[in-house]
This record gives sequence, structure tokens and C-alpha cells, in this order.
Amino acid sequence: MEKFITLTDTAVPLEIENVDTDQIIPARFLKATDKAGFGENLFRDWRFDKNDEPNPEFALNKPEYKGSILVAGDNFGCGSSREHAAWAIKAYGFTVVVSSYFADIFKGNALNNGLLPVQVSPEFLDQLFVEITKDPSVEIKVDLEAQKIGIPKQDISEHFDIDPYKKTCMINGFDDIDFLVSKLDAIKEYEQKKSQKLQASTPL
Amino acid sequence: MKKTLFDKIWDAHVVESIPDGPDILYIDKHLIHEVTSPQAFNELKEREISVFRPDQIVATADHNTPTENQHLPVKDLLSRKQLKELTQNCEENNITLYGLGHPYNGIVHVMAPELGVTQPGMTMVCGDSHTSTHGAFGTIAFGIGTSQVSQVFASQCVLVQKPKKLRVNVNGKLKKGVLPKDVILYIISKLGTNSGTGYFCEYAGNVFEEMSMEGRMTVCNMSIEMGARGGLIAPDETTFEYVKGKEFAPKGEEFEAAKVYWKTLKTDEDAEFDQEYAFDAEDIEPMITYGTNPGMGIKITGAIPMEGGKSDAKALAYMGFKPGESLLEKTINWIFIGSCTNSRIEDFRQAAAYIKGKQKAANVNALIVPGSRQVAAQIEAEGLREVFENAGFTLRQPGCSACLAMNDDKIPAGEYCVSTSNRNFEGRQGQGSRTILASPLTAAATAVSGKLTDFTKHLN
Repeated sequence: MEKFITLTDTAVPLEIENVDTDQIIPARFLKATDKAGFGENLFRDWRFDKNDEPNPEFALNKPEYKGSILVAGDNFGCGSSREHAAWAIKAYGFTVVVSSYFADIFKGNALNNGLLPVQVSPEFLDQLFVEITKDPSVEIKVDLEAQKIGIPKQDISEHFDIDPYKKTCMINGFDDIDFLVSKLDAIKEYEQKKSQKLQASTPL
Repeated sequence: MKKTLFDKIWDAHVVESIPDGPDILYIDKHLIHEVTSPQAFNELKEREISVFRPDQIVATADHNTPTENQHLPVKDLLSRKQLKELTQNCEENNITLYGLGHPYNGIVHVMAPELGVTQPGMTMVCGDSHTSTHGAFGTIAFGIGTSQVSQVFASQCVLVQKPKKLRVNVNGKLKKGVLPKDVILYIISKLGTNSGTGYFCEYAGNVFEEMSMEGRMTVCNMSIEMGARGGLIAPDETTFEYVKGKEFAPKGEEFEAAKVYWKTLKTDEDAEFDQEYAFDAEDIEPMITYGTNPGMGIKITGAIPMEGGKSDAKALAYMGFKPGESLLEKTINWIFIGSCTNSRIEDFRQAAAYIKGKQKAANVNALIVPGSRQVAAQIEAEGLREVFENAGFTLRQPGCSACLAMNDDKIPAGEYCVSTSNRNFEGRQGQGSRTILASPLTAAATAVSGKLTDFTKHLN
């Protein structure tokens, strides 16, 4: 996994609440057996009309909005557990997603793919939307070490929370498989204690 | 310390807690299907890691399988390739696969419980958010992403923060025509789609105690639709009776020994929850959704709220509805009875009981898709096939089907579908399709009248 420490870039505002993973990547694109190529179908049915023409009203199609930070409405990533949603956002070119609320599974999937979910207060989110729409060239700075997100030009910023374990993983580019495989002895020991009981579901 | 049902199961499965970090949680059963597993198998191959505990994995093909001519090669080339990879991956890694055509094949959350793979007190995961279904048995069951699927392959564990605890109590007597689906749609309409985020939800109260296992599965299935990672219900005699005699359930003395433990799986009196809600059963009526998330629900005789959230206008524009509008008498051309929410035998019995002796309206396309081969066989054995076919309904072969429209079962753009599935997201049932979530009874009644009606007036 790539390391993430800080990022300063412009942002794309997606002012829609409850964006579900079916919108991020519709189910008909989930037939692939590798992780490549999902970026082109990100938000497919919002980005393109039924004749496959780009919808000029959709934020990602507006030429003024560019950058690797996606700023989205409340409860982002709800619905299906498909990790293809995180792959699609990452493959399109985003490295950070900002929202006032993330669905659990999406948040975990994002962190497992080097895509940083930054949860901010609803007030700060509104402020970001206002500033980005007012000046699409405004830069947003995300500092994972300091757990701070802000607009340096306006001198506004906010602290954000992240699981300390996940923070270490993101900063160092570690992933969970390496960690779990390093724990196999402890896992086998747990299994042994458990197998002394009759049932797989019997407690220790 | 007083413990909740959730605490008891969770704590018994913690291999290690990382200071300031997640728990290493041991997983008893890992379910996999064709859509969210191929990249996880690839990940393992790339790292030259083998599957750690193949005996604890059960595989099925369900998401993009056709519901017609399952004996023939799958026509869609990409689907066929994905199914073939599942077969190869299972063979290479000694994983039991109940593939297309196998008598045990079906939707992962229907076939695992009916085979006795799901048992009280277990931890279960699957690369599918509706894994919450298995909580109906008093298990901790939740959906995971593909990276986590590979973690479980590699270690039989996941790294997760222990969620907070939520309890939803529903007590009282349910009205006639109100099914478990209405109960959960009602709860979600009251609490919203993210009130459960960060929580695991226990459902308690006489309404759940009196429900069948099928009903409890419907309720737990939709826990994720209010954001909760999972939901669970304390196991009781209803649970034990359901599990008893199932293919992979413990037998004889082993079963009795297990039952002694299973009976301890309930929340201690005075155990604390981080959040708790209570509802009266009498307030619940048959429910429908009017928007593009499952929280946008009203009673079938109700009106769309005048004031909604920020994105409600977008949702109503998509659905072609207006604030304040009643949906009674709205013409409906499609109904779908199926999905991991409502495709068990009880769902079809309820639909058939209403349909028997009636005809579907001429304008309606009515699709019935059983959740598994076993359910399909039961439909046959109980004579329900004749009921459905005589009424003009189309009975298909098992699979996820029009719930997510990965196969050919799609609702055309602009059309309304009264669906027993779990998500009414934009385009969920096909590009441009408009989904109205409801119970199997509401779907059956809609098929007969060709429009949304207050069918409770006609119930005996």
C-alpha cells in the first residue's frame, strides 16, 4: 500500500447526501475479477446520461473542479460492502474523501486501499462546500500526522479522528494481511484452546 | 460485569486486542461468493500465502447467476468467467462450493442458515453487507470488504474495532397484515439510514420473540440499511428447533451440549447499551418506501412528508413523486418477490395465501425468485408453484436476481417495482428503475390490483 502523510490539492465538491456504493460503482460493473479499470465507471449513472454522453451538471464533469480530494455530503458510502467502490474512487485519481459521516464498511475499505476518509463536522463541511464553489482553485491541506484538515489560504482548519492503528498503517504503507500473518501463532493457540470444547461456537 | 448478548459472543472470539487499535477477532465461518472473492484470492496468490482454514469456508454462486436455464452454460461471458474463477479458486484451495445446479445452491444468506452452517454464538463474515442476516440466530455476523476477505483467508481473523451497542425494543401486538419486513422498514424510517453506524444492534421485545426464524432473518438482514454493521436476536427454542436436524448442525449429544451453551446467550439484566430505542407494535402498518434510500419509508396509507432532508428533492425527482403525495392508487407494472431479505419459504407461503384463487392484474409483470434450490423444492412440494402460475406470476430459479440486477433480471428505466428486496437506491434494479420496498404480502396484493392499495381491508 502507498504511504500517506500530507496532501495539499484542490477539491471536487459532491454536494449529495447518502451517496451509496451502488452510485459509486453500479452492480453491472462488478463482474471483473481484478482490481483494474473501475475508475472509468466511477459514478457512471450520474456522470453519463443514457446515451453515454457526459452530464455537464455533474460535479466531476465540470471543468473548473479538479484535484485529488473529493468532498461529499453526509453518510458517504452507505449500502453494499463492495470494495470496488473504494477501488473506483482511487483509480479515478482521488486520494482523500471528506464527509461529515462515513458508512462503516466503506470507511474500512477505503483505509485498506490507501484512500483516506476524513470525517469533519457538518459545519466545517458546509464551509468547505462554500469555499470550493466560490473559488474552485482553493487548496485544501490534509495532514494525517497532525490529524488536521484545512484551507491554508483562509487560515481555517479542523481536527479529525482516525484509529491510531490505521493511522500508523497509512503513514507507513502497512496493511492488515502482513500484520495478521505475523500473529498466526497466537491465532493457532486460540484455536487450540477452543478445540478442547465440543462446539466451534463454545466460548473459551 | 453485566454483559450484553453481543459482548458475550464478541469477547469469546478476541484473539488479541491491539492497544489503541482494533481487536483481532476470530471468525468461525466465512461465506464467499463469486463477486467479492476473486480479487482476494489473487491477493493471496501474489503474496504466496495459502488459505489458512479452508474447512471453515463455504462458497456459493448467487450474485450474477441467471434465473433461467441454469443447466446451460451461462450466456454472459463476464459472469461465466467470474463463476469459473470461483470454481477454480475453490478447487485449488479445498473450499466446499455449492455452485450453480447443486441442490444446496442459493443466495448465501438463505442457503447457509438452511444447511445449519449458521449456528448461535458464532462469528461469521462474508463479502456482502447483508451478512447481518445470520444475526437472527444469535451470531455476530457482518459484511466485509474484499481486503478483509483476503485477511480471513490468510488468518481466519479480521481486525475490527469493537462496535458500540444499540438495542431496539418492539413490544405489543402487530396488526393484521403487518409482516417482519414492515417492522424493520418502520424502524429504519424512524431512525434513518445512519443512526446505526458504528453500532451492532440487538432486537428485543415480544414482537421478535414471537417471530419465526424466517421473520427474524428479514429483520436482521436490513440492519445494515440503518447503518449498523449487524443486528442480532437472542437464540431461543424457536432458534434451536430450526437448527436441529439441519445438515451441518451438531447431532445427538453434541446438539444437546451446544444447546446448554446457546441458552446462556442472552443479554444480562441491567447490562448497558450505548443507545436504546423502543417502539409500539400497534403503531406499525404495512410500509412502503417513496425515495431512494431505505429510510424514506411511510405506511402504505400515508403521505410523503412535506419536509425532508437536504437530498430529498433529488430523490423525489428520481422517483417522480411530490412532497405530500399519497401513493395509493399509483399504477405499478412490476413486482419482485425475492432477495436475501424475503425469499424464504414463509415469504412465498404468505404471498401464495393472498394470491390463491386470484389473478395478477394485466399490466403487471410479477417475478418470483426463490432464495435457494431447497426453497424452490419446497415451493414445488407445497403446491405453491401452481398457485403462482395459475395467477400469472413467473417463477424463476434461485439467485439474487432483480435485487441488484447483475444478471438479466432488470426493471426497465422509469418503471416502478414493488420489491421485497432491501435497497431502493437509484438504478439498483436496473438503470433508471424506481424501487418501492415492501413486504411479500404488499407485493402480492399490488400484483393482483396492479396498483398500490390498502389491501389490509380485504384480509380475513
